Amino acid sequence: MKRIARSTIQTATNLVFFAVIGTAILASVFFMTHDAIVKSEEAEKMKLITQIVPPAMFDNDIIQDKLDVPPSPLLGTEDVTIAYRARLKGEPSAVVLESIAPDGYSGKIALILAVRANGELAGVRVVSHKETPGLGDYIELPKDPWIKGFDGKSREVYKDADWKVKKDGGQFEYMAGATITPRAIVKAVNKALIYYAENREQLFAANAPVKKEKHK
Amino acid sequence: MNLQEFRDIFHNGMWKQNPGVVQLLGLCPLLAVSSSVVNGVSLGLATAVVMALSGASIAPIRNYVPNEIRIPVFILIIAVLVTVVQYLMNAYMYGLYVVLGIFIPLIVTNCIVLARVEAFASKNGAMASAWDGFSMGLGLTAVLGVLGAFREVLGKGTLFSGIDLALGDMAQSWVLHVVPDYKGFLLAILPPGAFIGLGLLIAGKNWLNLRAEAKARNKPASTPMAGEAIQG
Repeated sequence: MKRIARSTIQTATNLVFFAVIGTAILASVFFMTHDAIVKSEEAEKMKLITQIVPPAMFDNDIIQDKLDVPPSPLLGTEDVTIAYRARLKGEPSAVVLESIAPDGYSGKIALILAVRANGELAGVRVVSHKETPGLGDYIELPKDPWIKGFDGKSREVYKDADWKVKKDGGQFEYMAGATITPRAIVKAVNKALIYYAENREQLFAANAPVKKEKHK
Repeated sequence: MNLQEFRDIFHNGMWKQNPGVVQLLGLCPLLAVSSSVVNGVSLGLATAVVMALSGASIAPIRNYVPNEIRIPVFILIIAVLVTVVQYLMNAYMYGLYVVLGIFIPLIVTNCIVLARVEAFASKNGAMASAWDGFSMGLGLTAVLGVLGAFREVLGKGTLFSGIDLALGDMAQSWVLHVVPDYKGFLLAILPPGAFIGLGLLIAGKNWLNLRAEAKARNKPASTPMAGEAIQG
Protein backbone atom coordinates (compact mmCIF):
# COMPACT_ATOMS: atom_id res chain seq x y z
CA MET A 1 0.00 0.00 0.00
CA LYS A 2 2.74 2.36 1.04
CA ARG A 3 4.71 1.50 -2.09
CA ILE A 4 1.75 2.24 -4.32
CA ALA A 5 1.27 5.60 -2.63
CA ARG A 6 4.92 6.52 -2.93
CA SER A 7 5.25 5.61 -6.59
CA THR A 8 1.98 7.42 -7.35
CA ILE A 9 3.29 10.59 -5.77
CA GLN A 10 6.65 10.30 -7.50
CA THR A 11 5.13 9.73 -10.92
CA ALA A 12 2.49 12.41 -10.44
CA THR A 13 5.17 14.90 -9.41
CA ASN A 14 7.00 14.08 -12.59
CA LEU A 15 3.86 14.64 -14.67
CA VAL A 16 3.06 17.88 -12.87
CA PHE A 17 6.58 19.09 -13.56
CA PHE A 18 6.09 18.67 -17.31
CA ALA A 19 2.58 20.12 -17.11
CA VAL A 20 3.89 23.26 -15.39
CA ILE A 21 6.62 23.76 -17.97
CA GLY A 22 4.18 23.18 -20.81
CA THR A 23 1.66 25.60 -19.36
CA ALA A 24 4.34 28.24 -18.87
CA ILE A 25 5.38 27.96 -22.50
CA LEU A 26 1.77 28.15 -23.66
CA ALA A 27 1.02 31.14 -21.47
CA SER A 28 4.00 33.08 -22.76
CA VAL A 29 3.23 32.31 -26.41
CA PHE A 30 -0.39 33.25 -25.79
CA PHE A 31 0.54 36.67 -24.50
CA MET A 32 3.14 37.16 -27.21
CA THR A 33 0.69 36.45 -30.01
CA HIS A 34 -2.49 37.81 -28.43
CA ASP A 35 -2.33 41.31 -29.94
CA ALA A 36 -1.44 40.01 -33.38
CA ILE A 37 -4.33 37.54 -33.24
CA VAL A 38 -6.84 40.21 -32.29
CA LYS A 39 -5.48 42.43 -35.02
CA SER A 40 -5.66 39.83 -37.77
CA GLU A 41 -9.14 38.79 -36.69
CA GLU A 42 -10.30 42.39 -36.90
CA ALA A 43 -8.62 42.87 -40.27
CA GLU A 44 -10.38 39.78 -41.56
CA LYS A 45 -13.73 40.99 -40.27
CA MET A 46 -13.10 44.42 -41.74
CA LYS A 47 -12.37 42.83 -45.12
CA LEU A 48 -15.71 41.06 -45.02
CA ILE A 49 -17.60 44.12 -43.82
CA THR A 50 -16.15 46.46 -46.43
CA GLN A 51 -17.28 43.99 -49.09
CA ILE A 52 -20.89 44.67 -48.21
CA VAL A 53 -20.67 48.17 -46.74
CA PRO A 54 -18.83 50.42 -49.21
CA PRO A 55 -16.22 52.53 -47.38
CA ALA A 56 -17.95 55.66 -48.68
CA MET A 57 -20.92 54.79 -46.51
CA PHE A 58 -19.22 55.24 -43.14
CA ASP A 59 -16.60 57.30 -41.39
CA ASN A 60 -16.75 55.70 -37.95
CA ASP A 61 -14.63 52.91 -36.52
CA ILE A 62 -17.12 50.26 -37.54
CA ILE A 63 -15.31 47.38 -35.79
CA GLN A 64 -15.58 49.15 -32.44
CA ASP A 65 -19.14 50.39 -32.93
CA LYS A 66 -20.68 47.07 -32.08
CA LEU A 67 -23.71 45.84 -30.28
CA ASP A 68 -24.64 42.51 -28.72
CA VAL A 69 -27.68 41.09 -30.44
CA PRO A 70 -29.55 38.49 -28.38
CA PRO A 71 -30.49 35.22 -30.06
CA SER A 72 -33.59 35.56 -32.18
CA PRO A 73 -35.65 33.15 -34.24
CA LEU A 74 -35.86 35.78 -36.98
CA LEU A 75 -32.07 35.76 -37.29
CA GLY A 76 -31.91 32.02 -36.79
CA THR A 77 -29.32 32.56 -34.07
CA GLU A 78 -29.01 30.57 -30.88
CA ASP A 79 -26.23 32.62 -29.31
CA VAL A 80 -25.54 36.29 -28.85
CA THR A 81 -24.22 37.73 -32.09
CA ILE A 82 -22.57 41.04 -32.81
CA ALA A 83 -24.00 43.79 -34.97
CA TYR A 84 -21.68 46.45 -36.39
CA ARG A 85 -23.03 49.92 -37.03
CA ALA A 86 -21.89 52.08 -39.92
CA ARG A 87 -22.37 55.80 -39.43
CA LEU A 88 -21.67 58.73 -41.67
CA LYS A 89 -21.20 62.08 -39.93
CA GLY A 90 -22.91 60.62 -36.85
CA GLU A 91 -25.99 59.55 -38.81
CA PRO A 92 -26.66 55.80 -38.96
CA SER A 93 -26.10 54.59 -42.50
CA ALA A 94 -26.10 50.80 -42.25
CA VAL A 95 -25.98 47.91 -39.83
CA VAL A 96 -24.16 44.62 -40.31
CA LEU A 97 -26.04 41.62 -38.93
CA GLU A 98 -25.22 37.96 -38.63
CA SER A 99 -27.91 35.52 -39.60
CA ILE A 100 -28.14 31.76 -39.91
CA ALA A 101 -30.17 29.87 -42.48
CA PRO A 102 -30.86 26.64 -40.57
CA ASP A 103 -32.30 24.68 -43.48
CA GLY A 104 -29.51 24.40 -46.03
CA TYR A 105 -29.05 21.17 -47.95
CA SER A 106 -26.44 19.99 -45.47
CA GLY A 107 -26.95 22.02 -42.35
CA LYS A 108 -26.61 25.61 -41.34
CA ILE A 109 -25.50 28.39 -43.64
CA ALA A 110 -24.02 31.36 -41.81
CA LEU A 111 -24.67 34.72 -43.43
CA ILE A 112 -23.57 38.25 -42.83
CA LEU A 113 -25.75 41.00 -44.22
CA ALA A 114 -25.65 44.76 -44.30
CA VAL A 115 -28.90 46.70 -44.21
CA ARG A 116 -28.95 50.38 -45.09
CA ALA A 117 -30.77 52.76 -42.78
CA ASN A 118 -33.68 52.84 -45.22
CA GLY A 119 -34.17 49.08 -45.02
CA GLU A 120 -32.46 48.31 -48.32
CA LEU A 121 -29.90 45.52 -48.45
CA ALA A 122 -26.39 46.79 -49.06
CA GLY A 123 -25.12 43.27 -49.51
CA VAL A 124 -25.18 39.68 -48.30
CA ARG A 125 -22.28 37.23 -47.99
CA VAL A 126 -22.05 33.61 -46.96
CA VAL A 127 -19.59 33.22 -44.10
CA SER A 128 -19.65 29.46 -43.84
CA HIS A 129 -21.64 26.58 -45.27
CA LYS A 130 -21.43 22.86 -45.93
CA GLU A 131 -23.34 22.75 -49.22
CA THR A 132 -22.20 20.34 -51.91
CA PRO A 133 -19.04 21.59 -53.62
CA GLY A 134 -19.62 22.24 -57.29
CA LEU A 135 -23.37 22.13 -56.90
CA GLY A 136 -24.74 24.20 -54.03
CA ASP A 137 -21.67 26.35 -53.53
CA TYR A 138 -22.58 29.00 -56.11
CA ILE A 139 -23.71 31.02 -53.10
CA GLU A 140 -20.03 31.85 -52.52
CA LEU A 141 -18.92 35.02 -54.16
CA PRO A 142 -15.77 34.23 -56.09
CA LYS A 143 -17.55 31.21 -57.59
CA ASP A 144 -20.70 32.94 -58.75
CA PRO A 145 -22.26 36.42 -58.55
CA TRP A 146 -25.58 34.93 -57.38
CA ILE A 147 -25.38 36.40 -53.88
CA LYS A 148 -25.15 39.88 -55.36
CA GLY A 149 -28.75 39.47 -56.48
CA PHE A 150 -29.71 40.69 -53.01
CA ASP A 151 -28.01 44.08 -53.41
CA GLY A 152 -30.51 46.93 -53.27
CA LYS A 153 -33.47 44.68 -52.48
CA SER A 154 -35.78 45.56 -49.63
CA ARG A 155 -39.15 44.61 -48.23
CA GLU A 156 -40.47 47.77 -49.88
CA VAL A 157 -39.59 46.54 -53.34
CA TYR A 158 -40.44 42.89 -52.77
CA LYS A 159 -43.41 41.76 -50.73
CA ASP A 160 -43.39 38.52 -48.74
CA ALA A 161 -44.50 36.45 -51.74
CA ASP A 162 -41.53 37.73 -53.77
CA TRP A 163 -38.97 36.51 -51.22
CA LYS A 164 -38.78 33.09 -52.80
CA VAL A 165 -36.78 31.51 -55.58
CA LYS A 166 -38.38 31.79 -59.03
CA LYS A 167 -39.29 28.13 -59.01
CA ASP A 168 -41.58 28.81 -56.03
CA GLY A 169 -43.10 31.90 -57.64
CA GLY A 170 -40.71 34.44 -56.14
CA GLN A 171 -38.18 36.85 -57.59
CA PHE A 172 -34.83 35.18 -56.91
CA GLU A 173 -32.70 33.20 -59.31
CA TYR A 174 -31.60 29.66 -58.54
CA MET A 175 -29.67 26.94 -60.26
CA ALA A 176 -31.42 23.80 -61.41
CA GLY A 177 -30.42 20.88 -59.24
CA ALA A 178 -29.65 23.01 -56.20
CA THR A 179 -32.80 24.81 -55.12
CA ILE A 180 -32.74 23.96 -51.43
CA THR A 181 -29.67 26.07 -50.81
CA PRO A 182 -30.92 29.38 -52.33
CA ARG A 183 -34.36 28.75 -50.89
CA ALA A 184 -32.85 28.62 -47.39
CA ILE A 185 -30.83 31.78 -47.94
CA VAL A 186 -33.68 33.82 -49.44
CA LYS A 187 -35.86 32.84 -46.51
CA ALA A 188 -33.19 33.75 -43.98
CA VAL A 189 -32.49 37.12 -45.61
CA ASN A 190 -36.17 38.00 -45.66
CA LYS A 191 -36.49 37.11 -41.97
CA ALA A 192 -33.42 39.16 -41.13
CA LEU A 193 -35.00 42.15 -42.87
CA ILE A 194 -38.13 41.66 -40.78
CA TYR A 195 -35.91 41.59 -37.70
CA TYR A 196 -34.27 44.80 -38.83
CA ALA A 197 -37.63 46.50 -39.36
CA GLU A 198 -38.80 45.47 -35.90
CA ASN A 199 -35.61 46.46 -34.10
CA ARG A 200 -34.34 49.38 -36.15
CA GLU A 201 -34.30 51.86 -33.27
CA GLN A 202 -32.42 49.61 -30.85
CA LEU A 203 -29.96 48.48 -33.50
CA PHE A 204 -28.77 52.01 -34.07
CA ALA A 205 -29.09 53.16 -30.46
CA ALA A 206 -25.84 54.66 -29.25
CA ASN A 207 -24.71 52.09 -26.72
CA ALA A 208 -27.74 50.43 -25.28
CA PRO A 209 -27.69 46.73 -26.07
CA VAL A 210 -30.89 45.25 -27.42
CA LYS A 211 -32.25 43.30 -24.49
CA LYS A 212 -35.69 42.17 -25.37
CA GLU A 213 -35.04 38.51 -24.86
CA LYS A 214 -33.01 37.12 -22.01
CA HIS A 215 -29.42 36.05 -22.64
CA LYS A 216 -28.85 32.38 -22.15
CA MET B 1 25.84 11.94 -36.39
CA ASN B 2 27.73 11.54 -39.64
CA LEU B 3 26.61 12.52 -43.09
CA GLN B 4 25.56 9.00 -44.06
CA GLU B 5 23.19 8.70 -41.09
CA PHE B 6 21.87 12.12 -41.93
CA ARG B 7 21.14 11.01 -45.47
CA ASP B 8 19.65 7.68 -44.39
CA ILE B 9 17.21 9.37 -42.03
CA PHE B 10 16.14 11.74 -44.78
CA HIS B 11 15.74 8.94 -47.31
CA ASN B 12 13.73 6.99 -44.75
CA GLY B 13 11.29 9.82 -44.21
CA MET B 14 10.93 10.87 -47.82
CA TRP B 15 10.81 7.47 -49.46
CA LYS B 16 11.52 4.18 -47.72
CA GLN B 17 9.30 4.73 -44.67
CA ASN B 18 7.19 7.56 -46.07
CA PRO B 19 4.36 8.16 -43.58
CA GLY B 20 1.81 8.85 -46.31
CA VAL B 21 2.34 5.99 -48.75
CA VAL B 22 4.28 3.35 -46.78
CA GLN B 23 3.49 3.60 -43.08
CA LEU B 24 -0.02 4.87 -43.88
CA LEU B 25 -0.10 6.81 -40.62
CA GLY B 26 -2.02 10.04 -40.16
CA LEU B 27 -4.46 9.48 -42.99
CA CYS B 28 -7.24 11.62 -41.48
CA PRO B 29 -5.66 14.99 -42.28
CA LEU B 30 -4.02 13.52 -45.35
CA LEU B 31 -7.34 12.74 -46.92
CA ALA B 32 -9.27 15.71 -45.57
CA VAL B 33 -7.03 18.64 -46.47
CA SER B 34 -5.49 17.37 -49.67
CA SER B 35 -8.17 19.01 -51.83
CA SER B 36 -5.64 21.60 -53.01
CA VAL B 37 -1.86 21.96 -53.15
CA VAL B 38 -1.77 24.95 -50.83
CA ASN B 39 -3.89 23.31 -48.13
CA GLY B 40 -1.97 20.07 -48.31
CA VAL B 41 1.50 21.57 -48.28
CA SER B 42 0.62 24.05 -45.52
CA LEU B 43 -0.69 21.38 -43.19
CA GLY B 44 2.23 19.14 -44.13
CA LEU B 45 4.74 21.85 -43.23
CA ALA B 46 2.94 22.61 -39.98
CA THR B 47 3.15 18.89 -39.15
CA ALA B 48 6.83 18.78 -40.12
CA VAL B 49 7.59 21.71 -37.80
CA VAL B 50 5.71 20.05 -34.95
CA MET B 51 7.50 16.75 -35.60
CA ALA B 52 10.94 18.35 -35.71
CA LEU B 53 10.29 20.31 -32.52
CA SER B 54 8.83 17.32 -30.71
CA GLY B 55 11.82 15.19 -31.69
CA ALA B 56 14.19 17.91 -30.54
CA SER B 57 12.45 18.43 -27.22
CA ILE B 58 11.69 14.83 -26.33
CA ALA B 59 15.08 13.29 -27.17
CA PRO B 60 17.03 15.29 -24.52
CA ILE B 61 14.57 14.41 -21.74
CA ARG B 62 14.07 10.78 -22.75
CA ASN B 63 16.21 9.50 -19.88
CA TYR B 64 14.38 11.55 -17.26
CA VAL B 65 10.86 10.45 -18.16
CA PRO B 66 9.84 7.27 -16.31
CA ASN B 67 8.90 4.63 -18.82
CA GLU B 68 5.39 4.18 -17.37
CA ILE B 69 4.30 7.75 -17.99
CA ARG B 70 6.18 8.42 -21.19
CA ILE B 71 3.03 8.41 -23.36
CA PRO B 72 1.20 11.11 -21.35
CA VAL B 73 4.37 13.20 -21.19
CA PHE B 74 5.03 12.85 -24.92
CA ILE B 75 1.44 13.75 -25.74
CA LEU B 76 1.62 16.71 -23.39
CA ILE B 77 4.74 18.01 -25.13
CA ILE B 78 3.27 17.43 -28.59
CA ALA B 79 0.05 19.18 -27.57
CA VAL B 80 1.99 22.18 -26.29
CA LEU B 81 3.96 22.41 -29.53
CA VAL B 82 0.85 22.13 -31.67
CA THR B 83 -0.88 24.83 -29.67
CA VAL B 84 2.14 27.10 -30.11
CA VAL B 85 2.06 26.51 -33.87
CA GLN B 86 -1.67 27.17 -33.83
CA TYR B 87 -1.23 30.50 -32.01
CA LEU B 88 1.47 31.55 -34.45
CA MET B 89 -0.63 30.68 -37.47
CA ASN B 90 -3.64 32.42 -35.97
CA ALA B 91 -1.55 35.54 -35.48
CA TYR B 92 0.48 35.66 -38.67
CA MET B 93 -1.28 33.47 -41.25
CA TYR B 94 -4.91 34.08 -40.42
CA GLY B 95 -6.39 33.10 -43.78
CA LEU B 96 -4.65 29.77 -43.75
CA TYR B 97 -5.54 29.25 -40.10
CA VAL B 98 -9.21 29.58 -41.02
CA VAL B 99 -8.94 27.24 -44.01
CA LEU B 100 -7.08 24.48 -42.14
CA GLY B 101 -9.36 24.97 -39.15
CA ILE B 102 -9.74 21.91 -36.97
CA PHE B 103 -6.89 20.11 -38.73
CA ILE B 104 -4.24 22.20 -36.99
CA PRO B 105 -5.23 21.07 -33.48
CA LEU B 106 -5.75 17.59 -34.89
CA ILE B 107 -1.99 17.35 -35.53
CA VAL B 108 -1.83 16.37 -31.84
CA THR B 109 -3.66 13.17 -32.62
CA ASN B 110 -1.89 12.52 -35.89
CA CYS B 111 -0.44 9.11 -35.14
CA ILE B 112 2.69 9.75 -37.19
CA VAL B 113 3.88 12.35 -34.66
CA LEU B 114 3.64 10.07 -31.64
CA ALA B 115 4.84 7.13 -33.73
CA ARG B 116 8.15 8.86 -34.55
CA VAL B 117 8.60 10.14 -31.03
CA GLU B 118 8.04 6.67 -29.64
CA ALA B 119 10.04 4.83 -32.29
CA PHE B 120 12.90 7.26 -32.80
CA ALA B 121 13.17 10.24 -30.44
CA SER B 122 12.87 8.08 -27.32
CA LYS B 123 15.99 6.17 -28.41
CA ASN B 124 18.17 8.72 -30.22
CA GLY B 125 19.87 12.06 -29.73
CA ALA B 126 18.23 15.45 -30.16
CA MET B 127 19.79 16.35 -33.50
CA ALA B 128 18.97 13.03 -35.13
CA SER B 129 15.45 13.06 -33.66
CA ALA B 130 14.71 16.56 -34.89
CA TRP B 131 16.02 15.63 -38.33
CA ASP B 132 14.01 12.41 -38.34
CA GLY B 133 10.83 14.26 -37.40
CA PHE B 134 11.42 16.89 -40.03
CA SER B 135 12.20 14.32 -42.73
CA MET B 136 9.08 12.34 -41.91
CA GLY B 137 7.08 15.56 -41.94
CA LEU B 138 8.54 16.49 -45.32
CA GLY B 139 7.68 13.04 -46.62
CA LEU B 140 4.11 13.63 -45.52
CA THR B 141 4.19 17.10 -47.07
CA ALA B 142 5.35 15.67 -50.38
CA VAL B 143 2.48 13.18 -50.43
CA LEU B 144 0.00 15.86 -49.43
CA GLY B 145 1.35 18.17 -52.13
CA VAL B 146 1.20 15.57 -54.89
CA LEU B 147 -2.23 14.38 -53.82
CA GLY B 148 -3.39 17.99 -53.54
CA ALA B 149 -2.12 18.79 -57.03
CA PHE B 150 -3.81 15.70 -58.45
CA ARG B 151 -7.16 16.51 -56.85
CA GLU B 152 -6.98 20.22 -57.55
CA VAL B 153 -6.18 19.87 -61.25
CA LEU B 154 -8.80 17.17 -61.74
CA GLY B 155 -11.41 18.75 -59.54
CA LYS B 156 -11.06 22.45 -60.19
CA GLY B 157 -8.65 22.78 -63.10
CA THR B 158 -6.32 25.03 -61.09
CA LEU B 159 -3.04 24.78 -59.21
CA PHE B 160 -2.04 26.79 -56.14
CA SER B 161 -5.51 28.26 -55.60
CA GLY B 162 -5.64 29.96 -52.22
CA ILE B 163 -1.92 30.66 -52.19
CA ASP B 164 -2.71 34.25 -51.20
CA LEU B 165 -3.97 32.85 -47.88
CA ALA B 166 -0.50 31.53 -47.15
CA LEU B 167 1.72 34.19 -48.66
CA GLY B 168 -0.38 37.34 -48.66
CA ASP B 169 -2.41 39.15 -51.28
CA MET B 170 0.50 39.69 -53.64
CA ALA B 171 0.56 35.96 -54.37
CA GLN B 172 -2.96 36.04 -55.76
CA SER B 173 -1.71 36.13 -59.34
CA TRP B 174 0.32 32.96 -58.88
CA VAL B 175 -2.73 30.75 -59.22
CA LEU B 176 -2.41 28.65 -62.35
CA HIS B 177 -5.50 27.92 -64.36
CA VAL B 178 -4.27 24.70 -65.89
CA VAL B 179 -7.48 24.01 -67.74
CA PRO B 180 -9.22 27.23 -68.74
CA ASP B 181 -13.01 27.33 -68.32
CA TYR B 182 -13.00 24.04 -66.47
CA LYS B 183 -16.39 22.88 -65.25
CA GLY B 184 -14.94 20.89 -62.39
CA PHE B 185 -14.94 17.22 -61.53
CA LEU B 186 -16.72 16.82 -58.23
CA LEU B 187 -15.45 13.33 -57.40
CA ALA B 188 -11.87 14.51 -57.14
CA ILE B 189 -12.75 17.15 -54.55
CA LEU B 190 -14.96 14.90 -52.43
CA PRO B 191 -13.43 12.34 -50.01
CA PRO B 192 -13.57 9.41 -52.48
CA GLY B 193 -11.23 11.39 -54.73
CA ALA B 194 -8.71 11.44 -51.91
CA PHE B 195 -8.89 7.68 -51.43
CA ILE B 196 -8.58 7.00 -55.14
CA GLY B 197 -5.69 9.44 -55.45
CA LEU B 198 -3.87 7.94 -52.47
CA GLY B 199 -4.41 4.45 -53.88
CA LEU B 200 -2.85 5.51 -57.17
CA LEU B 201 0.09 7.10 -55.33
CA ILE B 202 0.76 3.94 -53.31
CA ALA B 203 0.48 1.84 -56.45
CA GLY B 204 2.86 4.19 -58.23
CA LYS B 205 5.41 3.97 -55.46
CA ASN B 206 5.21 0.18 -55.33
CA TRP B 207 5.65 0.04 -59.08
CA LEU B 208 8.77 2.20 -58.89
CA ASN B 209 10.13 0.01 -56.09
CA LEU B 210 9.49 -3.18 -58.06
CA ARG B 211 11.14 -1.71 -61.12
CA ALA B 212 14.19 -0.72 -59.12
CA GLU B 213 14.37 -4.21 -57.61
CA ALA B 214 14.06 -5.86 -60.99
CA LYS B 215 16.84 -3.67 -62.32
CA ALA B 216 19.07 -4.57 -59.41
CA ARG B 217 18.43 -8.28 -60.00
CA ASN B 218 19.18 -8.08 -63.72
CA LYS B 219 22.59 -6.65 -63.04
CA PRO B 220 24.06 -9.00 -60.46
CA ALA B 221 27.55 -7.78 -59.55
CA SER B 222 26.31 -4.22 -59.83
CA THR B 223 28.61 -1.26 -59.72
CA PRO B 224 26.97 0.62 -56.81
CA MET B 225 27.90 -2.28 -54.51
CA ALA B 226 31.49 -2.05 -55.60
CA GLY B 227 31.40 1.67 -55.09
CA GLU B 228 30.15 1.22 -51.55
CA ALA B 229 32.86 -1.27 -50.83
CA ILE B 230 35.48 1.25 -51.86
CA GLN B 231 33.88 3.91 -49.74
CA GLY B 232 33.73 1.62 -46.71
